[in-house]
Amino acid sequence: MDYSNFIYLKEELSLIAVIVILLLYDIFGSKKSLNYFQPAACLLFAAHILFTCCPAGQTLAIFGNIPPADQANAAASVYPTFSGMYNLFPLGSIIKTILSVGTLIVLLQARDWLEEEQTRVRRGEFYMITLFTLLGMYFMISAGNFLLFYIGLELASVPMATLVAFDKHRNHSAEAGAKYILTAVFASGLLLYGISLLYGTTGTLYFTDIPAAINGSPLQIMAFILFFAGMGFKLSLVPFHQWTPDVYQGAPTPVTAYLSVISKGAAAFALVTILCKVFGNITEHWQPILFWITIATITVANLFALRQQNLKRFLAYSSISQAGYIMLGVISASATGVTSLLYYILVYIFSNLAVFGVITIIERRSGKETIDDYNGLYTTNPRLSLVMMIALFSLAGIPPLAGFFSKFFVFAAAVEQGYYWLVFIALLNTVISLYYYLRLVRAMFINKNENPVAAIRSDNYTRLGLLACSAGILLLGILSIVHGEIYRHAVGW
Amino acid sequence: MEELHLEYYLVASAIMFFAGVYGFITRRNLLAILISIELILNSVDINFALFNRFLFPGQLEGFFFTLFAIGVSACETAVAIAIIINIYRNIRNIQVKNLEQLKD
Repeated sequence: MDYSNFIYLKEELSLIAVIVILLLYDIFGSKKSLNYFQPAACLLFAAHILFTCCPAGQTLAIFGNIPPADQANAAASVYPTFSGMYNLFPLGSIIKTILSVGTLIVLLQARDWLEEEQTRVRRGEFYMITLFTLLGMYFMISAGNFLLFYIGLELASVPMATLVAFDKHRNHSAEAGAKYILTAVFASGLLLYGISLLYGTTGTLYFTDIPAAINGSPLQIMAFILFFAGMGFKLSLVPFHQWTPDVYQGAPTPVTAYLSVISKGAAAFALVTILCKVFGNITEHWQPILFWITIATITVANLFALRQQNLKRFLAYSSISQAGYIMLGVISASATGVTSLLYYILVYIFSNLAVFGVITIIERRSGKETIDDYNGLYTTNPRLSLVMMIALFSLAGIPPLAGFFSKFFVFAAAVEQGYYWLVFIALLNTVISLYYYLRLVRAMFINKNENPVAAIRSDNYTRLGLLACSAGILLLGILSIVHGEIYRHAVGW
Repeated sequence: MEELHLEYYLVASAIMFFAGVYGFITRRNLLAILISIELILNSVDINFALFNRFLFPGQLEGFFFTLFAIGVSACETAVAIAIIINIYRNIRNIQVKNLEQLKD
């Protein structure tokens, strides 16, 4: 057997190494040395990001062994390995790095929660389960075959249920866990039935071989709809979104943060990969479906977000509508579309994690989580309010913050494909979303309150995480090199 | 003896699938919902083995997918049952109507 293929799996192998080292440390470390578990885990994971962040092409140049058969594919810069089971391509490496950076911020923000007495003994598990879900997303993104895709998807969603139910003594957490696992398994059942019909009509599971056999027969359309319904559950698109608010509210807040950005970003990218590579021939069949789903997602989620009082539920609906904007990048299905999708995910990770970082720390220290509790926050916690304000402005898309540019690129990609109505409706919804994001800003800065949340001293990990998020929000929009660099790799995709 | 055609099996698996979907929507007990989902997953397994056996006898992709799908669905069931047991410990009940702390 030729083991040189494993070089292509650099990112996955490095992540597995991190997980194994942490596992051994957690099991065999003495009680005293385990005090350093969290800094060690964060540093190790940061080292993993640095090791894997150089794009795929450079790795191959270092090892210099592109097989002759792949020379033709080198133009499209996709390197199929393990006979096409696994694809290495620059965009995949980029999104993996983006998701890893987001995960690192979540790990930093989760530290305070993990120091709690009930979770303290299980904190090692939190890191390992989180990294395992990330590993699943890695495989899902790079899969070249439906089998590997399915296993990656399950590896990303089954451990996620255990994370949601992590606070096992809290009723809310267990209830949210049950709702999550049942909908997730139901969704993967739908998805699998779709894949089985696809296999029945094409006779293969490889992404590269399927397009030749796709002819738009009714059975294949049915297969696509079932597949898309399954992915819609994972991405929480309307009308598959019902589980989202409950799960987001019940789950521990750091897990909610992870669920709302990282797993959503990975699913969106995997969806656009499959739509382009596998269903690229029947674009005229799936674009109308996506069109209506996108409109429904943005509009319905916005209308529901208006009447939420609980902050986590409010953010759940906000994240559903953000998923709608991400779908604008998916529906374009072009190089510009994919670039804007990646950029949107990157900016969304920073903005949403900043909001969740503030909410986590305030919920931990004062136990308050409704919008009215945030009245007058600025008088006692000016810096936290400021970070929250920047992040909310970025989510709403106000220039010159990064959120404006990410929305702009997504709209531009959709307009390029001629979706004028879609962009118009999305723009109207941006105005609605401005109202509910600003409601929170108003609560913090303008509303008077007799006894606001007491002044909070956050721990250094949370500070570091919030600092990284704020820097990302402020700088990403101005540094045009980020978008340009992603686009350079997306050309010819 | 006449051999059964592909369609008979397909109809059986389709009935299983939709029975599972129906059960998922109408059942009011967490374990019954889980069983309904298992019906869906099993109908998928039948489909894969079936297409492989009848339409593409020269390859093994479908059978392998079936094996993997069975393994993964076992993991899912294990996690789901663990969470349901946790709920039972907390509220001594696994009826859906008692899971209503999280709502608008």
